[in-house]
Parts: sequence; C-alpha cells; structure tokens
Amino acid sequence: MTMRSAMTLSRSIGFADLVGARTRTRPLTDSVSAKIEVRNFSFFYGDFKAINRVSMDIPANRVTAIIGPSGCGKSTLLRAINRMHDATHGARAEGEMRFDGVNVYDPVVDSVLLRRRVGMVFQRPNPFQLTIFDNVAYGLRVNGLRDKKLIAQKVEVSLKRAALWDEVKDRLFKSLGTALSGGQQQRLCIARAIASDPEVILMDEPCSALDPIASLKIEDLIDDLRNQFTIVIVTHNMQQAARVSDVTAFMLMNRSTRAGELIELGHTDKMFTAPSDQRTEDYISGQFG
Amino acid sequence: MAKQQPAESWSNGKSVLRHGDVPFRVGTVVLASCVVVLVFAMATIMYLASGEARAAFGWDVLFGQDWNPVATDLGNPTFGAWPAVRGTLLSSLVAIVIAAPLALGIGIFLAELCPPKLSTPLSFLVELLAAVPSVIYGVWGVFVFVPFFNQVFSQPVSTALGDYIPWLAGPVATGRGVMVTGIILAIMILPTIASLTRDVLRLVPNTQREAMLAIGATRWETIWLAVVPYSRAGIIGAMMLGLGRALGETMAATLLIGNSQRISSSLFAPATTAASLVANELTNSVSSLHESALITVAFALFGITLILNLGARLLIWYVDRGMAGGRS
Repeated sequence: MTMRSAMTLSRSIGFADLVGARTRTRPLTDSVSAKIEVRNFSFFYGDFKAINRVSMDIPANRVTAIIGPSGCGKSTLLRAINRMHDATHGARAEGEMRFDGVNVYDPVVDSVLLRRRVGMVFQRPNPFQLTIFDNVAYGLRVNGLRDKKLIAQKVEVSLKRAALWDEVKDRLFKSLGTALSGGQQQRLCIARAIASDPEVILMDEPCSALDPIASLKIEDLIDDLRNQFTIVIVTHNMQQAARVSDVTAFMLMNRSTRAGELIELGHTDKMFTAPSDQRTEDYISGQFG
Repeated sequence: MAKQQPAESWSNGKSVLRHGDVPFRVGTVVLASCVVVLVFAMATIMYLASGEARAAFGWDVLFGQDWNPVATDLGNPTFGAWPAVRGTLLSSLVAIVIAAPLALGIGIFLAELCPPKLSTPLSFLVELLAAVPSVIYGVWGVFVFVPFFNQVFSQPVSTALGDYIPWLAGPVATGRGVMVTGIILAIMILPTIASLTRDVLRLVPNTQREAMLAIGATRWETIWLAVVPYSRAGIIGAMMLGLGRALGETMAATLLIGNSQRISSSLFAPATTAASLVANELTNSVSSLHESALITVAFALFGITLILNLGARLLIWYVDRGMAGGRS
C-alpha cells in the first residue's frame, strides 16, 4: 500500500514535470462524436494475429494518441484505418473499422476513395523527388484537380498551415522536396497530406526520425491542426503523447498469444495521472517497455 | 585527469605496410588502370591500322556509299561504309523502339504486380532468355521467324502500304532485312532491359509507394507517377545497355540482315551492319586497303558506342540533376 502510493506520487510529479507549461489537453465534452469506431477489430498477417479484438472510439476533431511498447500492434492498428495493408500479402482484417459509421473493410468500399479522406504522415519523411510545389500539388492532381490557379492557391494554403511557407516560398519551383532538412521534409509531408482536405490525419511516429527542435515544431503544428482534423498519432514517446493528445490509448502485446491488445483508453490527463489498469501504470511509470 | 601517454605508445614499431593498406591500394589502382590502358590501346591500334584507308578516302570511308573490295572493269576498289553504318543505326533503332516499352512493362510487372509465387520462376525465365547465345537467336530467326513474319506481315503490309510509305515498300524477297533484324535484336535485348528495370524498380523504397497510396493514388498512379520516375535514371541506363548490345550484335545480324551493300529506303529490304560487315570480310580480305577499311568501320562502331555511352551519362545526369541521396 505504501509502495503503491509512493509510485502514484512519483508518477504525478513526473507527469507535471514532463508536460509542464506545454500541456494543452482539453477536457473532452460528451457531445464529441466518434469519427472512427473500432469494433472487435483483429488483424492478421497470414496466420499471425497482430491485433486481437480491439474496440475503441476515436473522437472527431481531437488528437488521439496510441502508445505502447514495440510490437504491441499500434502501427498495425493505425495503418488498418486507411487500409495501407491492402498491398501486403496475406494481410487480413476481422471485425469492424467504422469511418463515419461505414465499415471500411466492407467489400464495396474503394480504398482509394477512403485514403482521399484519410491523410497519412509516416515515420520517415518521404517526400517525392519533385519540387517543393509539386510535392504538395501531386496529391491535388491525383485527386482530379486540374485548375492551375486553384492548385497554386491550395499549395500555398497547405504550406502555410504546415508552417513551412516562410521557409520555402522563395524556392517552391527551384528546390526538390528531398533537398530540405528532415524536419522541413516532414512538414512538407504534412502539407501534402492536408492539401486535399482529408477529414482524418494518421501519423505513424512522425517525429521518430527528427531532432528535438524539429519534433517540437511538428507538435506545435499538430496543435494548430487539431480543430480542423481528426488526428490519430502513434508514438513511442510518452511525453509527446501527453503533450499533444486529448485521448490516449494504451496497447500491449499479450505474452501468450503475442497479439496486440488494447489495455486502456481514456482522457490523456487521466491516463497519465490516474490510469485504471496496473499495466498502464507500470508502462507510464517506466516499469517496463 | 588521465595520465598523459606519449604518441609512440600507439605505434606498432613497424611500418604502415603491416596492415597491408598500401599494397592493397597500389594493387587495386594498378588493376583499375588496366581498364583505362586497354581502352586507349584499342583506340590507338584501330586508329593506326585504319590509317591507310583514311589516307586513301578520307571521310568517304565512312560516308561513301560504294563498297567494292575487288577491282573490276568499272574501276578501282572503293570503300564507303555508309550502308553498314546506316544499317547498324537503323536496325538498333527498330530494336530499341520495340524493346523499350515491352521491357518496361515486363519490369513493372515483375517488380510491382506479379504475385510472389510467379515472380521467381518468371524472373528466372527472363534471365535465361538473356543467356541464350546470339547464334541461336539468329538460326531461329532464319528458319522460324523470317518465313512466318514474311508471310503474315512483310508481304501484306508492303503490298498494301508500300506505294504510299517508302520505308514499307516492297519487293519483299527472302524476307531478310532491317525490320526482321531489328525485331530479333529487340527479343535479344528485351531480357537485359527487363531484368535491369525490375532490379531498379525493386530498389525504390517502399516509403515512396506508401506516400503515393496515402494521398489517394491508385495502384497504376503509384507505379507510374512515383515508382517509375524515382528510378528513371536506372531505367534509362538499362535501355542504353540494351541499345549497346543491339549496336554491337554480330552473329544474329549477319544471319538475318541479308548482307547487302545497297541502300534502300525500305525496312523490308536487305542491308548490312558494321559488325556483320567486319565479321564477314575481315578473314578473307583481298588487300591491305580492304583490311584497313574494315578496321575503320570497326573504329566507327567503337566511336558510336562511345558516343552512346556518353550520351547516356549526360541524359542520366540531366534527369537526375539536383537529386538528393546521390543515387547512381
């Protein structure tokens, strides 16, 4: 009992310490509707079950963080939302992944149309080997936009929203996207993702290849985007999850089946101060993982 | 503070040769210079040996249109290799025009679309095709392809269109000529280009495909707008290698092109190539001037491939300029 309260104490100090003045988590009102409803969702690579029966709601216009140790299935879950696994041989889903109430794994759902509504930012910045302008414009063109004026306008707006405009406005057509610094490349990728006005943005450890300052810029950006988009972010970095997210989901690999399971889902501040599951508490307080 | 040690304590007391670094470096430099020496030696020898013909005819030995090794009632021997140079360029052009799109398609299929179970045997077959000796392609061309192609394509097409389009004009006699040679050359260079294209496409990082898919691109858009552009330098390189093989191909060309010194505008007419001219005549050359002229033709072929390679380098540099990451 004394042991337990000591841990709680150290953890809350730790949390305040980590999050400090950067805390932006807002209370979730009950009126927030779920943009994505995950129901009894399992995912397989061939015979291997990577995720076991996850059910969770991802609220609209909020930032949801998925945390957990390596191999817990958090990236698999994230990439299952926009069906990025489609091209993977032997990948298969069970259960439901509802986007605005529609199960995206319904055979009639076109994954191309789905991905136009769900943007994605990857672990390593992956700009195309094109000019900065074309990197953002490509997505618009692929989505069928032909009006050059409108494309130029949207590219500018997207780069501004991605907080990159001032750094690149003089060389939009001169520099390649790949010639930018790592942090700039990642913001370019975010600009590319938001250019075609998706409703959801998935971020798969977007700062893991970046230095701390570039990471903070991305976090600031996430904070700016939170009102317009539903953001789901997978991160290894618990401080980051605490800083940017409204809701946190904690996943863990089941030791016997080796499948990832959802342990706890809740408001970020509650998750980091008073988690209801012992395993969440152990992970957050650094007992393992 | 750690106790300071004198620099000598790091010395092994012997020369740096102990590690073998210096001998290794000298050895590799010597071996690498052999390549340079060889190229210059070949060029120099061909230049010297072609001196007699160049002195006698000047540039006409390349651009003249009469090739008569033997003196006749009409006059002295003349050596003008333009029919051979032209035949080489034309048959290779036909080959690359046919092979490039097909090979790109095969490469894309093998690298991007083919189910894994089919990919390995299919890749193996494509590579096997590249290993077939050229004389076999030549013989197959003579006995199987030429009669077939003659009947289903050359004859009907020249009859129907020959009067309107000069390069499809008849008469089609034996069926041997630039067109069939180009097609057989295309088949020969197809596996080279296809397997190299497959290899460079496989090197494209998956992150590029994912980036494209994630912005709502279809499979086709992903391949055509992200994967292929990413590896365009390698694909151009593969095509240039194929073109180089077509230019220098001797055996199949000799068997199929008809070995005629007459220049005809028709692709169905027999012609000759630089490589087949040299192969046919060098062993039984009638005079030292004849031999010298043949070496000049070989020198010209050497020059053409050199220019082609330089052009390929420039092209790759041009499409790849400013690319980060220093891809080759």
